[in-house]
Amino acid sequence: MGTILSLKNIVKVYPNGVVANKGINIDVQENTIHAIVGENGAGKSTLMKIIFGEEIPQEGEILYKGKKVKIHNSLEAIAMGIGMIHQHLMLAPDLTVAENIILGEEPVKWKLFLDSKKILKKTEEACKEFGFEVPLNKLVKDLPVGIRQRIEILKVLIRNAELIILDEPTSVLTPQETEVLFKSLKELKAKGKTIIFISHKLKEVKVIADRVTIIRDGKDIATEDASKLTEHEIAELMVGREISFERIPEAEKTGEAYLKVNGLNYINEENLHVLKNVSFEVRRGEILGLAGVEGNGQTELVEILTGLREATSGHIFLGEREITGFTPRDIRELGVSHIPEDRMENGVAEKSTIQENIIVDRYYKKPFARGMVLDWKKITEHSEELIKQFKILAQSSKTPVSALSGGNIQKVVVARELSSEPKLIVADQPTRGIDVGSEEMVHELLMNARDNGIAVFLVSADLDEILKISSRILVIYNGEIVAEFDSPAKVTQEQLGPYMLGVKRDKH
Amino acid sequence: MEKFIVKYFHLIRTIIAVLIGIVISVLIIFIISKNPGFSLKSFFLGPLLSKGRFGNFIETASPIILCGLAISIPFQAEQFNIGAEGALFIGAAVGTAFAVSTHMPAILHITTVLLIAGITGAIWGFIPGILKAKWNTDELVISLMMNYVAYFLGLYLINYHFRDKSAGFLVSYELPKTAWLAQFVPGTRIHLGIIISFAFAILTYYFLYHTTRGYEIRTTGINKNFARFGGINVFMVIVLSQVLGGFLAGIGGMTEVMGLHRRFNWQLSPGYGWDGVVVAIIGRNNPIYIIFAALFLSYLRTGGQIMNLLSDIPSEMVVAIQSIIILLITAEAFLERFKYRITIREAKRKEAIDEPNN
Repeated sequence: MGTILSLKNIVKVYPNGVVANKGINIDVQENTIHAIVGENGAGKSTLMKIIFGEEIPQEGEILYKGKKVKIHNSLEAIAMGIGMIHQHLMLAPDLTVAENIILGEEPVKWKLFLDSKKILKKTEEACKEFGFEVPLNKLVKDLPVGIRQRIEILKVLIRNAELIILDEPTSVLTPQETEVLFKSLKELKAKGKTIIFISHKLKEVKVIADRVTIIRDGKDIATEDASKLTEHEIAELMVGREISFERIPEAEKTGEAYLKVNGLNYINEENLHVLKNVSFEVRRGEILGLAGVEGNGQTELVEILTGLREATSGHIFLGEREITGFTPRDIRELGVSHIPEDRMENGVAEKSTIQENIIVDRYYKKPFARGMVLDWKKITEHSEELIKQFKILAQSSKTPVSALSGGNIQKVVVARELSSEPKLIVADQPTRGIDVGSEEMVHELLMNARDNGIAVFLVSADLDEILKISSRILVIYNGEIVAEFDSPAKVTQEQLGPYMLGVKRDKH
Repeated sequence: MEKFIVKYFHLIRTIIAVLIGIVISVLIIFIISKNPGFSLKSFFLGPLLSKGRFGNFIETASPIILCGLAISIPFQAEQFNIGAEGALFIGAAVGTAFAVSTHMPAILHITTVLLIAGITGAIWGFIPGILKAKWNTDELVISLMMNYVAYFLGLYLINYHFRDKSAGFLVSYELPKTAWLAQFVPGTRIHLGIIISFAFAILTYYFLYHTTRGYEIRTTGINKNFARFGGINVFMVIVLSQVLGGFLAGIGGMTEVMGLHRRFNWQLSPGYGWDGVVVAIIGRNNPIYIIFAALFLSYLRTGGQIMNLLSDIPSEMVVAIQSIIILLITAEAFLERFKYRITIREAKRKEAIDEPNN
């Protein structure tokens, strides 16, 4: 067993001046599963893109199978036997599974026409060889994420990859799907493949990895046998300080129902019934967690609650007041805050400064404006205060948001949404893709809000998060609420899984 | 030094682009002209060499500034309304029609005529705006088409209803003296229009960067989804930005008529609206930079006219030279690699300083 890949002193600076890798050294042994963990913004993804030829480092050497190589693009990487499965799967949704697997090296008849028989034969062989079962003739868009991911892996395997990189493969999977993935990865290892596995879920790292490298702030902090480190030790190496993992006790008292959703239906432009008769309540002083695999109507539900989308039918009440059909501004004026699912798309204006991002819901109010005129001095003061209070790492309130790391961008969003004296917080995937430190802070802030009698509606695909801070849990599947759990302390991830996959349902 | 380069990168890039453009134009002139020294002098120094020509340079700047502003407001809201030319034309035509048919004391007449021209231009901005906001039509296409409507409608209005038959050309009646903008520099035709355009540039700057509406426009332009998410009425912003743009263009056209010709004498569209697009881009939609960009462009235009008149270089070459300069300025990637290299060096140096503290 030798070293298949060795990275020496890799330095990568992005055009905007962000130094993502500051001299990273890693040796990956052949035929192992090597986990790379680190907070978001630590430089993991950049490093993987360098190995796969999608980014070119400024300094450093890459040795692949003992030879010094320069990888200029992903085609070269593939030719060398390196494959990568991206976090956001890259498949053509309107092609069949077989066509997707073969895409790029399709067998052709007379140099012009696709040879569909050969395509099927080749892909079938590959499926058999690697023990992957996928419906070859179905369209990719009709399949769940777990299967799509397997298609991606097959795509890599059929190109004879020996080193396979998986970038946060479990972030889109349910616990059951994750198990299936891990089984496959172990089989691939048994067949002699080497796997680099990126994650920030430490439990998984312990389960699957042989070796683990911890990256912090663009540098490799440690590389160890996974069995020699506990979850806790890895976490501490990742953040560089002590952190707690326990479930946080619930608030003492919950008040009356504040947000009431009644028989909500939503039919989208494609005539799909996205939300089906959804009803629930969020009480003051509780965190109601909505668990579910992404794409089961959560996005639409949140957008309807915050006025960004109009429901087809149904009613929404805040306290005694019906707010169905209100504009986003009306709803915000009534004390609703919204931490959006996609912070770059909705949560910030990247090219604007931090302060311009902070005032988007309050620029027209006193003291930030007198009549039509903005008071930039007051705005700056207010923003600097929030930067301090929420520990946002930035030079000043006039720094553009694009210069911040993911975690800090989320802090800007959270700072704005929590400083508006909300009565209801709608938090949609509030910690997705941010580092452990920022995640902890967001959780703490949401729980403080809860303790202050604010109603919190938490939507998350991350079950750890749901189980950690929710007072009650709902599960959504295919636009319907299929289960409710009143005491999350007694609930496990495995119990939630079947509901999330639609295998089981309590409510009708 | 390197920090300085990164900070003022856009300015430096603009200057380098201008210099390269000038070098190329010098080369072209050397190739074409029999007396290159004289041609060069008339092109680059011409506008400064006589009072009258300096006057031309300033007069030309004023409608270009207003059109640049007219383009910059919708551009800031990410609305590619290029209807300034049409708004200017129809604004001036309707304003002229109003001016020659009314009698009022001077100050009142000037204000109402400008207002009428502005409102007409605003209507020209409103139509693509409301269509975009309501039905998501492409404002670029609509505003482009509206330019034709404005042109022929304006000609119809002037040539069939307000034509001065006693004049030897196709022109409108002369405006009453009460609606004239004074020419205040003896020996030139520099008129109050330049002051009006400077005032509007400052107003526009203040509006965009210091008022709530300006914030809404800029925020919508940077990320429309974010603006909507934050409660901004994006519908209103889309319409408002184009209405304001049209208003400024209408005024731009009218000042030219009131200050320079005192009649509507355009049988061809004057093209200031297109110059406005150019200066808005060079000035990166910042009203203050737009003043300089417009002065620069009108200097080139005036120098070109002088060279055309006095030397053997045809005016077509002038347009080619201008285009080269603009092309270089607007090429986003020009010198980007150079900046990237400096950024890397800067970042590494910062790391080296930070290192001992860790």
